[in-house]
Amino acid sequence: MAPADPRETREARLEIEEFHADYCWTLDCGDVERWPEYFADDAVYRITARENADAGLPVGLVYADSKAMIRDRAFAIKHTQMYAPRTMQHLVTNVRVLQVKGDEIKAQSNYLLLQTLVDGPTTIQQSGRYYDTFVRKGGRLLLKERQCIYDTVLIANDLVLPV
Amino acid sequence: MFSVNTVIHQPGSFAKEQLDDSFDYKWPEGGLQVIPDWVYTSNALYQREIERIFHGRSWNFVALEAEIPQPGDYLRSYVGPTPVVVARDTDGSIHVFENRCAHRGAEFCRVRRGNTKEFVCPYHQWSYDLKGNLQGVPFKRGVKGEGGGMPKDFRNEDHGLLKLNVTTLHGVVFASFSKEVEPIADYLGPEILKDFEVVFKGRKLKILGYYRNELPGNWKLYHENLKDPYHATLLHSFLVTFGLMVAGSKNGMIADAKGRHGTLASAKPDNVAEAVGAVKGEMRAYREDFKLADGRFLQYVREFDSPWSVTMQTIWPNLIVQRELNTLGIRHIVPNGPHSQIMLWTMFGYETDDAEMERHRLRQGNLMGPSGFLGLEDNEAIKFVQEGLRRSPSDKGIVKLGGDRVGSTNSVIDEAAIRGMYQYYRKEMGL
Repeated sequence: MAPADPRETREARLEIEEFHADYCWTLDCGDVERWPEYFADDAVYRITARENADAGLPVGLVYADSKAMIRDRAFAIKHTQMYAPRTMQHLVTNVRVLQVKGDEIKAQSNYLLLQTLVDGPTTIQQSGRYYDTFVRKGGRLLLKERQCIYDTVLIANDLVLPV
Repeated sequence: MFSVNTVIHQPGSFAKEQLDDSFDYKWPEGGLQVIPDWVYTSNALYQREIERIFHGRSWNFVALEAEIPQPGDYLRSYVGPTPVVVARDTDGSIHVFENRCAHRGAEFCRVRRGNTKEFVCPYHQWSYDLKGNLQGVPFKRGVKGEGGGMPKDFRNEDHGLLKLNVTTLHGVVFASFSKEVEPIADYLGPEILKDFEVVFKGRKLKILGYYRNELPGNWKLYHENLKDPYHATLLHSFLVTFGLMVAGSKNGMIADAKGRHGTLASAKPDNVAEAVGAVKGEMRAYREDFKLADGRFLQYVREFDSPWSVTMQTIWPNLIVQRELNTLGIRHIVPNGPHSQIMLWTMFGYETDDAEMERHRLRQGNLMGPSGFLGLEDNEAIKFVQEGLRRSPSDKGIVKLGGDRVGSTNSVIDEAAIRGMYQYYRKEMGL
């Protein structure tokens, strides 16, 4: 493989950082019904523990292999699921562009997901890493695949909102 | 963090959590139809549960054989809150022993699962074979000219790891601290064995992966939740809206003769709209406007010879067997003090699944687990119950649906299986 063009990589990284900022803003504002808009139609979205990823086990805490499934989850979270009110903050750092190939970019980024419940302290809900594949559609990036691989193996009760 | 996510009134800081053995644990008036809060909050009773139930005459789930298929395969597991190692020996036999070196007590096995020829405690390098027998002690005879070493009468045979009684049934591995516990099939009883066999008998499992979570609620609440079909038809919008379990349809709450195990069973109605329409006025969780954008998710492939599309089995004291349409798994309950439990989920399919069936199971897995549409609602509800019990001076709950009836029922508007469980529990606990 030809060595990556540093300027192209840097531009892609900036673009991805903007994407992360918008994606997290949408989720952290509680606007979960707009969350599916960040995905391509045939997108794959999975949240799974590192122990599964390392062992090649396919299970997902959340497992969606279409944008329609992502939309169903967004609707359920917003309108039908029973859970205690909470706010989330996503912090995304260490964006590394792995490959730029035409309109497709592969990248990885670290994330920290903070959760605050009613009358509770703010806690680290997850520490993990995004493994992303982006595609460019109509001038903007969309996720073709997002694997959220978390280290926080013992989940504090549940994970309700998207990562 | 975790169970102390609650800052106001931390676990253990209230009088009814500090009752010791000198407290008069007298069941309140009302008999089977009431449950005193102290069964969920007292640390002294929790200690008694470990001794009499988890370490007593019970079979505890520890592993699936599919997780340790090869000689030398092992994994860390738990019997009650006690760490154990499950290992397959070179002769194919399965052994369960304490994860605690016989020398100074170090929890020697730190890896979640793996393959080995022997276990070596990292502290002083005592080594054990796959059956838990002590193999080697460095400098056993001391150093020449300096003495030291073990006394002459030290025999390795006397210093192996503490070994548990082990049994397997259709690829499921159970262990017990007791040598007197009955054979596993008798332990389950014919009522429970039947649906257990639907999932496991004659089928080779394929492990799809794991979830783990801490649930800040007493371990018994998880059993009760699955012996409580009433909640299923009210709390879970997915069950209600999509007709997966509807009051008035064909349902069953099956208990064994002793009342300790249970199977919550339901058959998806042929005509969902009609079944739901008949009772939707009672169910606030029903959402007429909720139509799935991706309908594949809830398809049911009829793969079992069973009248039930769903069987959720509670096997006393630490196992849940989940067959919810085509999503299959077990939940291993690790009690973690009166206010908390660790739940270890293992999701699986069968070796005979083709790629599409496996994907279908993975998609449907969104129903269960700590982010599942059903799973997360259960975890939230159980947390709410524990906080209510713990933080208020009121001291009991009621289970009056169905009166004093105990055991199996056809109606889902009944708490007979919860009453049956407590009837058994009180006998075991001397309450």
